[in-house]
Amino acid sequence: MSVELATLNGQQADRTARNDSPLAVRGLTVSYGQKPAVFSVDMTVRAGAMTAIIGPNGAGKSTLLKAALGILQPLAGTVSVMGKTVADMRDSIAYVPQRASVDWDFPTRVIDVVMMGLYAQLGLLGRVRQKHRDQAMACLTRVGMADFAKRQIGQLSGGQQQRVFLARALVQDADLYLLDEPFAGVDAATEKAIIDVLKSLRDAGKTVVVVHHDLSTVTDYFDDVFLINTKAIAHGAVETTFTQENLQTTYGGRLGGAQMDALSGTLG
Amino acid sequence: MISDALLLGLGYNATLVTLGAMLLGMAAGVGGTFLFLRKRALVSDAVSHATLPGVGLAFIIMVALGGDGRSLVGLLLGGAVSAGIGLLCVSWLSTRTRLAEDAAIGAVLSVFFGFGIVILTVIQSMSAGRQAGLEGFLLGSTAGMLRTDAIVLAGSAALTLLLVLLLRRPLTLAAFDPEYASASGRNVTRIDLAMMGIVLAVTVVGLKIVGLILIVALLIIPPVTARFWTERTDHVVMIAGLAGGASGYVGAATSAALPNVPTGPIIVLASFALFALSLLFAPGRGVLSSFLRHRTFQKRVHLRQGLLALAQNQPIYEGLTMRLLKRAGLVLADGVPTDAGQARAAKAMLDEARWTIVRGDHSYEAAAVLYDGLTDLETLLTTDQLRDVDAQLARPQGVGA
Repeated sequence: MSVELATLNGQQADRTARNDSPLAVRGLTVSYGQKPAVFSVDMTVRAGAMTAIIGPNGAGKSTLLKAALGILQPLAGTVSVMGKTVADMRDSIAYVPQRASVDWDFPTRVIDVVMMGLYAQLGLLGRVRQKHRDQAMACLTRVGMADFAKRQIGQLSGGQQQRVFLARALVQDADLYLLDEPFAGVDAATEKAIIDVLKSLRDAGKTVVVVHHDLSTVTDYFDDVFLINTKAIAHGAVETTFTQENLQTTYGGRLGGAQMDALSGTLG
Repeated sequence: MISDALLLGLGYNATLVTLGAMLLGMAAGVGGTFLFLRKRALVSDAVSHATLPGVGLAFIIMVALGGDGRSLVGLLLGGAVSAGIGLLCVSWLSTRTRLAEDAAIGAVLSVFFGFGIVILTVIQSMSAGRQAGLEGFLLGSTAGMLRTDAIVLAGSAALTLLLVLLLRRPLTLAAFDPEYASASGRNVTRIDLAMMGIVLAVTVVGLKIVGLILIVALLIIPPVTARFWTERTDHVVMIAGLAGGASGYVGAATSAALPNVPTGPIIVLASFALFALSLLFAPGRGVLSSFLRHRTFQKRVHLRQGLLALAQNQPIYEGLTMRLLKRAGLVLADGVPTDAGQARAAKAMLDEARWTIVRGDHSYEAAAVLYDGLTDLETLLTTDQLRDVDAQLARPQGVGA
């Protein structure tokens, strides 16, 4: 408990401080009806790090991300991106929604989906030039999907669809990447392809935040971890924060003894 | 007579109306595409029915102000106002209460339409009301349309079409992935409002030509028709515009030639004819093509399984498999494989082995995803890739690459 209190007090302290973090959330509360999904959460993401947002089902992980981006309207709280408002910094933010949030029978091809990442840059009537098509193809190559450019999106496997979504985010050439469950229901090849791309982004100085559900890969994949269950539980480097005690608090005993034992090898 | 009409030979007014209906059909098809892709097609039904009270009230107000109440622009403005109110009711009910959108549509549609019919009944009892011809707004009537009316309608339809083309990127984005659209700074509520504004404009322009009961068909049938022919959004938009334009043109011309036929139903039937043709005969998604593809596939599967059975000296039990093998000259009447049959069987075995390699190696992913148990790898891989695969085949099992 003491670790947790110290963390929360620390966050309390920089509530007032000026903040240049790539993503800083203050006192964020989001509710569906009368029940808060996220309650008074503070989160300051470390620049140039890969952060996992971890918590049980219904703990508000995706809600936190969506409210931070303004997709959902929060009840209370402020969000700043690199010290400015989200609206001012849209061009520096790339978002990868959950795969299940769209209809994959939509009449569109892989390359068209990636081109959507350039719409903000193209404006309403800007002509699509060879330069733009090359950019889109380069991003498809990065996720290993160049051969699929002309396919209808419904013909892809789940993992391939996820990689197309990642390519659409890459083509935006942002500084902050926010991904909602990119590893949910994907094959091993896709998981490897995605994590390689994310690590290369981090190595290029970008900030990456991922809503993640697989506790066994946290230590391998991430630098920082943010534990949430409606309220923020703990936040910090994986080695110091991804502890049995913090996980027990986050999951409220929902992790069985066997799961804990399996994790014990990877815990910080 | 009809051929005269189709060749625009019925005079200036009829020509204007026909061209106006064509533009309306194009605007409706193009605008309706985004409604269809956003899966909110039925909202347009509520919008169109909600025009009726506005048209009636506009007539009463114009008569009260001393006019004869038949100014088309005035009536359409009235219709636009009440349709706008109906639209706001639907969106308020579905976002701010626990009612789902379909229930909200049902409630708004019937209440507004009922109110409109009551007002029409009142108008019937007014002295100026008998010649009002407001019933024409139910099913569309181009008879006796003034030249200025036709020009206004054609102009508005053209403007609407332009607006859709201008907004096609945000509309596509909001229809495919509203969360991403919102995260990249688009105001999805406002995009939806713009889409509904386009629908409202099409509906109001279409009131006189198609009528409020059937305008929904012109918004929905062309995009659904177009979807059979393509997997690309921009092509769906274009084909829907063409299908809608053709239906409007043929329908309006026909009804100009046959004075007692209401325009709306003819336009809808023309549009349905295109839909039916697409449903049956479109390559890829059409019914006939799916059926033929299924049959061809079934035959290939049987032939392949038969060949694999021959190669492994297994008995063939299925009649269809045997018939196909015999017809292709691969087995003799007594079930003994011919030379050609043995060669094909050996090739089938080789393909199976090659596929196993390809599906187990991540670098062949693009080809592996096309696996159907039938396709020859020669058609999917380059000669170099095939040589690599065969090299792996020759290597003893269990030895790494």
